[in-house]
Amino acid sequence: MEILISQLFAGLSLGSVLLLAAVGLSLTFGQMGVINMAHGEFIMAGAYTAFTVQQILGSAGVSLLVSLPLAFLVGGLLGLILEATLLRRMYHRPLDTLLVTFGVSLILQQLARDIFGAPSVDVRLPELLSGPVMIFGTPVPASRVFILALTVVVVAGLSLLMSRTSLGRRIRAVVQSRELAEASGISSRRTDALTFFVGSGLAGVAGVAITLIGSTSPTLGTTYIVDAFLVVVAGGIGQIRGAVIAAAGLGLLQVFFEFGTTASIAKVIVLVIVVAFLQIRPQGIVATRTRGLA
Amino acid sequence: MTTTATPPATTTPSTTGARKLPSVAEGPGVWTTGPRGALIGLGIGAVLLLVVAPLTLGGFGLDLLGRYLCMAMVAVGIGLVWGRGGMLAMGQGVYFGLGAYIMAMHMTLADTTLEGESIPTFMRQNGVERLPELWGIVQHPVIAVAAIILVPTAVAGLLGWAIFSRRVKGAYFAILSQALAAAFAVLIIGQPVLTNGSNGLSNFQSLFGWDLDDSGNRLVLFLVVAVILLAMLAVTWQLYRSRFGELLVAVRDQEERVRFLGYDPALIKTVAYMIAALFAAIGGALFVPVVGIISPADIGVVPSIAFLIGVAIGGRATWLGPVLGSIAVSFAGTQLASAFPSAWVYLQGLLFVLVIGFLPGGLASVIGLLRRRRPEGRGGGRGDGSAGAPDEPGDDPQDTTREATEPEAAR
Amino acid sequence: MTRDHRPSYLEIRDLRVVFDKFVAVDGVDLRVEQGDLRFLIGPNGAGKTTTIDAVTALAPAQGSINHNGHELVGRKTHKIVRYGVGRTFQTASVFEDLTVLQNLDIAAGLRRRPREMLRHRTGVSARITEVMKTTGLSDFQETKAGVLSHGQKQWLEIGMLMVQDANVLLLDEPVAGMSQDERDATGELLRKLAADHVVVVVEHDMEFLRKYAQSVTVMAAGKIIAEGTVAEVQANPTVQEIYLGTAGTKSLEEAKAEAEMLGLDPEAVTVGVPSATEREEH
Repeated sequence: MEILISQLFAGLSLGSVLLLAAVGLSLTFGQMGVINMAHGEFIMAGAYTAFTVQQILGSAGVSLLVSLPLAFLVGGLLGLILEATLLRRMYHRPLDTLLVTFGVSLILQQLARDIFGAPSVDVRLPELLSGPVMIFGTPVPASRVFILALTVVVVAGLSLLMSRTSLGRRIRAVVQSRELAEASGISSRRTDALTFFVGSGLAGVAGVAITLIGSTSPTLGTTYIVDAFLVVVAGGIGQIRGAVIAAAGLGLLQVFFEFGTTASIAKVIVLVIVVAFLQIRPQGIVATRTRGLA
Repeated sequence: MTTTATPPATTTPSTTGARKLPSVAEGPGVWTTGPRGALIGLGIGAVLLLVVAPLTLGGFGLDLLGRYLCMAMVAVGIGLVWGRGGMLAMGQGVYFGLGAYIMAMHMTLADTTLEGESIPTFMRQNGVERLPELWGIVQHPVIAVAAIILVPTAVAGLLGWAIFSRRVKGAYFAILSQALAAAFAVLIIGQPVLTNGSNGLSNFQSLFGWDLDDSGNRLVLFLVVAVILLAMLAVTWQLYRSRFGELLVAVRDQEERVRFLGYDPALIKTVAYMIAALFAAIGGALFVPVVGIISPADIGVVPSIAFLIGVAIGGRATWLGPVLGSIAVSFAGTQLASAFPSAWVYLQGLLFVLVIGFLPGGLASVIGLLRRRRPEGRGGGRGDGSAGAPDEPGDDPQDTTREATEPEAAR
Repeated sequence: MTRDHRPSYLEIRDLRVVFDKFVAVDGVDLRVEQGDLRFLIGPNGAGKTTTIDAVTALAPAQGSINHNGHELVGRKTHKIVRYGVGRTFQTASVFEDLTVLQNLDIAAGLRRRPREMLRHRTGVSARITEVMKTTGLSDFQETKAGVLSHGQKQWLEIGMLMVQDANVLLLDEPVAGMSQDERDATGELLRKLAADHVVVVVEHDMEFLRKYAQSVTVMAAGKIIAEGTVAEVQANPTVQEIYLGTAGTKSLEEAKAEAEMLGLDPEAVTVGVPSATEREEH
């Protein structure tokens, strides 16, 4: 029983990290069809923001609270710059954005290497998060509970943003039909920029969260980006609900297969499952239907 | 059927190509190379690789060039699937790695046998006492070569069919292929007993009984590599001008429309993907004796994507562009990476941004553009395909590649 | 194929197409035989294009679609095409990066063996030469399709249909955007093709219809409401009501113009509440 709970928790915890890394990606992918490979490096930037803030402020607790909004800003600004300088002119070439943003990610990685050094650095945990907490009589790391909670807050906040605010309405309008939205007076350009800001900002937040469970290095982004993409693909592009289900599913599967085999074999099995799943539902868990010869 | 009243063909082709200068930034287009251009291109390549290089380069330089040629084989395949087929294959490192590891396993075993041992040293150090069956299979050279050819092609066939027949395409395919490369590298690192983990396999003494330390043997090895690459180029040239090549472009531009002409696009795409996988695997297999080591660092996500930049620079939809671009990037890489490692990474990143972002047709499109601006370069609305503008004399084989008409993005 | 012995036919029985909960085509029965030149008309959203989509497996079909004894429902698009069903699209879709000749060659190549596929095309087949002549594209053989004029692209698409070895031709608004001369040429061509093909034309152009249609099927709101010759259909009170009363999503002017074309009194047209319709477009 204890094993089951701790496994279940490990799976959900992994899923929450994946979701945090993927949710911003899902937003920008769904909104603009842009595949941002540099999203992983925005996560990395968020992690280094947390590291830098802690170097300056000292206190682990205070700096965590400061880093979360600050990393959102850092990630968001990076996203804004990327959108305004490059991606804006490439919306009709989605596959090429993938490679252009890969180039950006190479540059950002090397920048991190030159500024912070290639070896990984660690962010100290606040007292409160360093010990275990008991869930159903099973000890689990408090930091992972915090990430789970953070993910819930972020996803809930994003859902509210999409359903309740005017930005959310504009985003949904632009996703459904760019022309129609333009015609009804929505500036798709401003909406694009704002969406990119929010999506990339969420990557920064994910970066802060990741410092709580591991060390930070310039290649941090590459470890998460592929899995984050798998979450987006399996969940259905641009679908928050799908991303949540897919992240939880992939996290649980990964942990489940790891239990029986090794982490590397589990990873391969999970990929095979995703490919097999796309056989059944090529458009992901939550599909948007389109008509016509496109 | 007798001729009906035909519509008055008053409307001239609506191109405004002369005015529309920055059409290079629009798309890959289609490049065609006639038989004469192909012969010239292959001839120059053969002279350079088979005569000039062995005479002028020392053993070290030849090894380095051999390494570039092996990487260029992957690029040829990428040009086929990506430039012509529109499939952004971001995981070709997998097939490169499959070919390489099969070859490396075979060579390691052969060396082990020569030394009178029964299992490779690294396995003994890991406490393995019996040779794993996976290794035993490739002990025989014929089986090893067969495996190098068949295994990657079969994997690509299965995976390609699974993906393409369900109409998973575009970004989905790119991401899946990338995930495949990630998983493959993780798998190899995660099985140190079988693969020696992240150290990879190295220190080979011989290939099919030939001493790899002997400089004469190394020269032969280089020549074999060069001939195989030239053969691949000849094959792709034939593919590009064949009906299959035309159909592939049709699938790239309008997959659904092809379906309504009675073809199954999944089949066409899968075949192209398998050919690219085969080329990559052969490149990988030859890489091992030429370079002397294969490790997960050569086949993961980043090296897999890095294969793409040379293809993009040279012109993804051209015949020789991918090869030339790939060799140029490899060359620049070795020159810069040791002296200025950090600068090289920045440059690589910048190249992706600038070339893909602003020059998607690659350098080849610049040549096409320059040629078009010359008055005789524009052959009017109806060219006769095989005899266009005469090839410029010059030692750059890229000159033999020319554009039939401007890549017009009419949308 | 049976067309050498018996006339070809396309027979649709109780066809239903449902998107989510919206019923786009609701129990359509339609039989078209070789020798007929059938026009399929109706207000926007009537389900005309969706019916064609269903025949070619672009839209999910329920019911039965039979072509010369072959059941088409449930088959994949490329298999249906291999049974001899060809179609064009509202917006001409040709391969813009390929030349006119290459476009036609691909369309004609459906039954090529793998060996032929791997070879270079040598020469131009008589059939393709003839079709290029018929469609007035001979001078543009080596021109990339992307630079052709709008009308030429549509002719190229019809040409692709002709070389495709199809005996059922489904044309979706083939004359949209064509000049008067081009329309007439197209009409004559369709008339000739109808002799040995099953031809179904979806068209909004009523003048074109009156000139070339041998029979007309009128659809509205996913159902067939009338069928017969042009005169019969014009006299049908239900058709009059559809075109005069609820003019669908059309503007008043469009509806009046269309009514006039049908030979009805344009002044009787009133624009009703647009019925729940799907936009017919691709």
